[in-house]
Amino acid sequence: MTPTGAASGAMPVRSEPDIVLARQLVRRLTQELKFSLVDQTKMITAASELSRNTLVYGGGGDMEWAVVHAGVRTGLRLAFVDQGPGIPDMELAMKDGWTSGSGMGMGLSGSKRLVNDFEIESAPGRGTRVTITRWK
Amino acid sequence: MTTRIPILRMGRTLLVTIQVDLQDQTALALQDDLANRIQDTGATGVLIDISALEIVDSFIGRMLAGISSIAKVLGATSVVVGMQPAVAITLVELGLSLHGVRTALNVERGMALLREADAALDGDADADAGDEGIDGSFGAALREAGR
Repeated sequence: MTPTGAASGAMPVRSEPDIVLARQLVRRLTQELKFSLVDQTKMITAASELSRNTLVYGGGGDMEWAVVHAGVRTGLRLAFVDQGPGIPDMELAMKDGWTSGSGMGMGLSGSKRLVNDFEIESAPGRGTRVTITRWK
Repeated sequence: MTTRIPILRMGRTLLVTIQVDLQDQTALALQDDLANRIQDTGATGVLIDISALEIVDSFIGRMLAGISSIAKVLGATSVVVGMQPAVAITLVELGLSLHGVRTALNVERGMALLREADAALDGDADADAGDEGIDGSFGAALREAGR
């Protein structure tokens, strides 16, 4: 699948099995980057939450990944991109326990706590892009 | 198409070991299957071993909470055992508290917890005799699974 050693790539998130594949890809990448087990688990869990959002709320999209560097630090950046309806009320969407669907409402706010950097861009009708980075 | 997770019965206990990377549909199917098996077998205990799970996200967390509630309503006690430390740390940071879900460090402690609950339910000496059997056969099942 992903060529070991590549610095970036993307995979579709268009069905439920893709969520599992996204988790497996992130596990492989974080292992290659020699993340600690806890850091691997956090990044995989965040990827699981966000890829499910992409599928369920965004109607499917892609997960882009890139190995990033800042000075001596190495990290993994993931972007979850969809062309769905977008998020009308960002403040509300980021609240713990709030959900527009059938989830627990921990996806966005919870994922943010699992990573070092978290960015979200969305506008009604223009899709959503959530970018997360975890540094080693 | 949906992968189904096997449910083993040992005496009055149902045993589930989740060994696959859980797809959402598989998790939902397990909830349904367990509810049906509790009713069919009259089981009083459900033990779910998640030691092979590499993550518990909000969906899987919701499934575990759901199983716990369903079991309770059907008169059974459930316990989730074997959560890996990294998973526990992540779960707490994610903000999931797994309200209402009984947990135990490992299978042994989980079985002890179910035995207590079962004995309390019966309130007689029969429970002790019956549980020896559960323990023995469960040990065999574990050895089997370990191969």
